[in-house]
Amino acid sequence: MGEKLVLSKDDIDRALTRIAHEILERNKGPKDLVLVGMRTRGAPLAERLGAKIKQFENLDIPIGSLDIGLYRDDISEGINPLVQPTHIPVDIERMKVILIDDVIYTGRSIRAAMDALTDLGRPQLIQFGALVDRGHRELPIRADYVGKNVPTARNEQINVRLLEIDGKDEVVLLRLD
Amino acid sequence: MENIEKATIETKINTNKPNMITNTSNHLLDLDDLSTGDIETIFSSTNAMKEILNRDIKKVPALRGKSIVTLFYEPSTRTRASFEQAGKILSADVINITNKSSSVEKGESLYNTVKTIEAMGVDIIIIRHPHSGAPYLIARNVKASVINAGDGSHAHPTQALLDMYTIINHFGSLKGLKIVIVGDILYSRVARSNIIGLTKMGAEVVICGPHTLLPTELLNNHSLLPIITPFNSVRVETNIEHAMADADVVMALRIQLERQSTNHLPSLREYSYRFQINKERLNLAKPNVLVMHPGPMNEGVEISSDVAHGPKSVIEEQVSNGVAIRMAALYWLSSPKRLEA
Repeated sequence: MGEKLVLSKDDIDRALTRIAHEILERNKGPKDLVLVGMRTRGAPLAERLGAKIKQFENLDIPIGSLDIGLYRDDISEGINPLVQPTHIPVDIERMKVILIDDVIYTGRSIRAAMDALTDLGRPQLIQFGALVDRGHRELPIRADYVGKNVPTARNEQINVRLLEIDGKDEVVLLRLD
Repeated sequence: MENIEKATIETKINTNKPNMITNTSNHLLDLDDLSTGDIETIFSSTNAMKEILNRDIKKVPALRGKSIVTLFYEPSTRTRASFEQAGKILSADVINITNKSSSVEKGESLYNTVKTIEAMGVDIIIIRHPHSGAPYLIARNVKASVINAGDGSHAHPTQALLDMYTIINHFGSLKGLKIVIVGDILYSRVARSNIIGLTKMGAEVVICGPHTLLPTELLNNHSLLPIITPFNSVRVETNIEHAMADADVVMALRIQLERQSTNHLPSLREYSYRFQINKERLNLAKPNVLVMHPGPMNEGVEISSDVAHGPKSVIEEQVSNGVAIRMAALYWLSSPKRLEA
């Protein structure tokens, strides 16, 4: 039942710094980039990556947030009844959209996010970054940027806690018995 | 033989009283079934639905594969059209049935009509009926979710939700606001649902109208009410000038010419003279007062044209919020997780 620390506050910050550099490297600079965080915890992560890119390149890149509730394929299995607004400050047509989430697991959220995104326009490309990749994919999807790969069992849970939402920064592994 | 058949059918019909209903969570029948948390969830989702309405392509797959029937036994423009629009934007399949164009004309009972619809595998039934309580009868007898789109003079929950949402959009909250509802309170389902919802969310409600169009239990003595209800805290005024003082919101109700209203009034002219929301009376309210009307309006009777289309009117906004609120209600009703919360 105990929690095992996977990433500390400093580990999270270092991982995000690296991901910010990787995004810039792979896309040859910040031109046409849009960071889109998937609610709930992807949104503050996108904000933080945006701040780092601003620090490295001295350029503000547009940051949005996306709610995928209306695009999930499991409505009958019990989705959250609350949908939050999607807000992307620019037209994503021909932009390079980097989707950000806290954890990648089955891949179904990313599938839903890509559907949600393409309803808003036709981006030049979509890439995906996650703070933690815990495996167990159910769809042919992979992350372009990963903070840490954490091998897990199905009966384990990854909890990402972020300062903006949970009051502190840490990633822990929980066993559900 | 016929008699025996009839008897078995009747035993199958569950005729429990509305308050005997055990599983109201599957339905949206009136606002007294919803907690403040439920109402806040629906309002938050409504913001997300409004964003979808502003897109070029107004379509999301949330309710793909669900089928919805609107079953209307009374005329309606905005409620029926906005439910249909809401369902279609969420990718549900929507079938519209009205009493004039269905087997209802041939004498089919409400129970049998609904059972037929259910047999076709419908997920949500949206019903409007002239008899108070009709949606409750259906809710007890079908597996589908039932939404009350107005039953007689009883309830109209989605109208109240969109009215409350419109007010919150302007003031941020309902807490402590003085909301005056003017007109035919006695026969108004909009007034009843609004009173329940507004008081639940912390607003102060004042109702105003001629004696004959106010519920007698409210006119006499609140302590006569058998139980504590939202109506205990409602203030009653028969003088419009007193009611309007310092109002944050004025809601004019339609004088319902098709119901009994007219028999309760000496004339429509007298009603207008004593209760019409006009410019002079509006000046008694707070400077940033909102004017609302659930529609359809009898302009020149319960509300003057210059006020109805004036700068303080949010009547058109009510209509556009109607689609978003109904999308949120349909989505909320379709997500089983709300039952665990």
